[in-house]
Amino acid sequence: MQDRSARTFWLASAGAGALAAAGAAASHYMESHGHIVTGMGNEIVWGLPHVFAIFMIVAASGVLNVASVGSVFGQAPYKQRARLSGLLSLALLGGGLMVLMLDLGRPERVLVAATQYNFRSVFAWNVFLYSGMAAIVVVYLWTMLQPGLVRWSQPAGLAALVWRFVLTTGTGSIFGFVVARPAYQSALLAPLFILLSLAWGLAVFIVAQKSLYGRRELPWSSELRSRMARLLGIFVAASLYLVAVLHITGLYEARRGAFEAFLLLGQGGGARFAWMFWLGYVVIGSLLPMLLVFHPRLGRERCVLGAAVLVVLGAFAWLFAFIIGGQAFPLEIFSGYAVSSSFGDGLVASYAPSVPEWTLGLGGVGTAVLVVLVGARLFDMAPHDPA
Amino acid sequence: MNGRRKALALGVAGLAGIVIAPGVRLIEVAQAASQAGGGAGANPRVRWGMLIDTTRCKPDCDACVRACRSENGLAPSPKPTDAQWMRKVEIREIRTGRSASVPVMCQHCAMPPCVDVCPTGASFKRTDGIVLVDRHRCIGCRYCMMACPYKARSFVHEPLEGQQADVPRGKGCVEGCTMCVHRLDAGQKLTACAQACAQAGHNAIVFGDLNDPHSEIAWRVRELASRQLRQDLGLDTSVRYHGI
Repeated sequence: MQDRSARTFWLASAGAGALAAAGAAASHYMESHGHIVTGMGNEIVWGLPHVFAIFMIVAASGVLNVASVGSVFGQAPYKQRARLSGLLSLALLGGGLMVLMLDLGRPERVLVAATQYNFRSVFAWNVFLYSGMAAIVVVYLWTMLQPGLVRWSQPAGLAALVWRFVLTTGTGSIFGFVVARPAYQSALLAPLFILLSLAWGLAVFIVAQKSLYGRRELPWSSELRSRMARLLGIFVAASLYLVAVLHITGLYEARRGAFEAFLLLGQGGGARFAWMFWLGYVVIGSLLPMLLVFHPRLGRERCVLGAAVLVVLGAFAWLFAFIIGGQAFPLEIFSGYAVSSSFGDGLVASYAPSVPEWTLGLGGVGTAVLVVLVGARLFDMAPHDPA
Repeated sequence: MNGRRKALALGVAGLAGIVIAPGVRLIEVAQAASQAGGGAGANPRVRWGMLIDTTRCKPDCDACVRACRSENGLAPSPKPTDAQWMRKVEIREIRTGRSASVPVMCQHCAMPPCVDVCPTGASFKRTDGIVLVDRHRCIGCRYCMMACPYKARSFVHEPLEGQQADVPRGKGCVEGCTMCVHRLDAGQKLTACAQACAQAGHNAIVFGDLNDPHSEIAWRVRELASRQLRQDLGLDTSVRYHGI
């Protein structure tokens, strides 16, 4: 048994490591040839790597909710899972930041980003929020792992709880403060990102917990499973509600109407994003998972796992429609005019992610998986439910 | 119970420290930045600006765009991924059918969103109103391109060759119209686009100091009705348009 588990560990680590190395190689290729080898251009300036990076960073905040429920709100079964929750948070944050950094036009200038700040920039705030988050989670994990420090884990958990709300507010505000584009500027994006983080984070936790156990039976009681499933359903429903409110406010404003018709109805060349939104996010990423966890005849382990996987897929669909669709819609510089130019004015921008972009994004996921595997191997991270 | 409370209080105190410390640092940095002052050599009494008279701009003429490309070492026939610091936008009012040809470039906003969002301060505004990118500080994050309402910024997607000595550019950085700052700093009075437009006989681009009441641009914007693009955003642009 021990041998088999060791072999699985090494195989999984080698796979994740190969993925991470491929991501680093893709980044080197992009850096030496320039972003010309990506599908990005002067219209779609943030492409697939940002979809991966933002998913991982937002999920990094939400996945820590499991620990918060345990430490801050004193729920014992969640406390058993607090260490894994902290480790997943660090891993996702690391993977997401790796993708974000390696997608820069000048990744070698990361030191400039770490030493020169413009404090009016939401990005600069986020540099502090991300590093602060990592520091708090490390301290939090330390208080959980060191027997003498256990009494500190509640205040550390509280600090992490507050910090990650601020962090996700910061991530939502990256878009919320962009006044130029109808897709983004909205104060709703901050609370929406907090809700999305809770749903995505819990989904990732459920998938990761199962993956760590492999084929062995997951030691969680049916009561705990149904509680976690219900919580996932509630987070998914709440996010869907706020997404609906965001688009209703958009539809109410005459000047945003064209964009909403583009994204929601696929008018004017937005069909691809409308499909991503309705089929990918609403049906596959929200309604189906809710059915799987709330339907009285469903709710078995397989259903909960299926729901979690669908929530993750839906997250990618939503982020693609939100990030790429928001940029593909042409800027309206001359309201009420039809426009054309040599620089793509008035046209819906096209975008097809290239192999290096996919590889870089998946490389970030590989890095996160590797950190979890090694962390769980070195420290006692896996949940131990009393028999 | 007492111990728990104590732990909670210490936790809150620690959290407050973590939250407040960056704030204190923020104030320090903000004060240091304002003391240092931006744009060594730029004259704070000047505000460079342009008035574009679309009633004089001819749809079949692109002398300004060609001059911009040649002055700044940009590709003469750009691919979609190449940088375009200036372009002619053909506009037609959907309701009335009225059309015009409009040169669009960086509008050199008094409150530029690109400067606000730039994490490293690479995007900056000189005291004479010119908005530039410091090529040594730009990390290529492209947030300024997301934030610019005018699509005025381009990203350098490929290694470059044949650059102009006065206009340094580089792969992986973002760039845009500099209002020919290298000319102005050398004492010249016109940008390449304004000069080319005058040479083509259209005089549709008037360049000058908006703060000098005796300058041509100052009296033209006083006499002619003009507007800013996306005036609703309140960015107070240095480029104004007449006839649209």
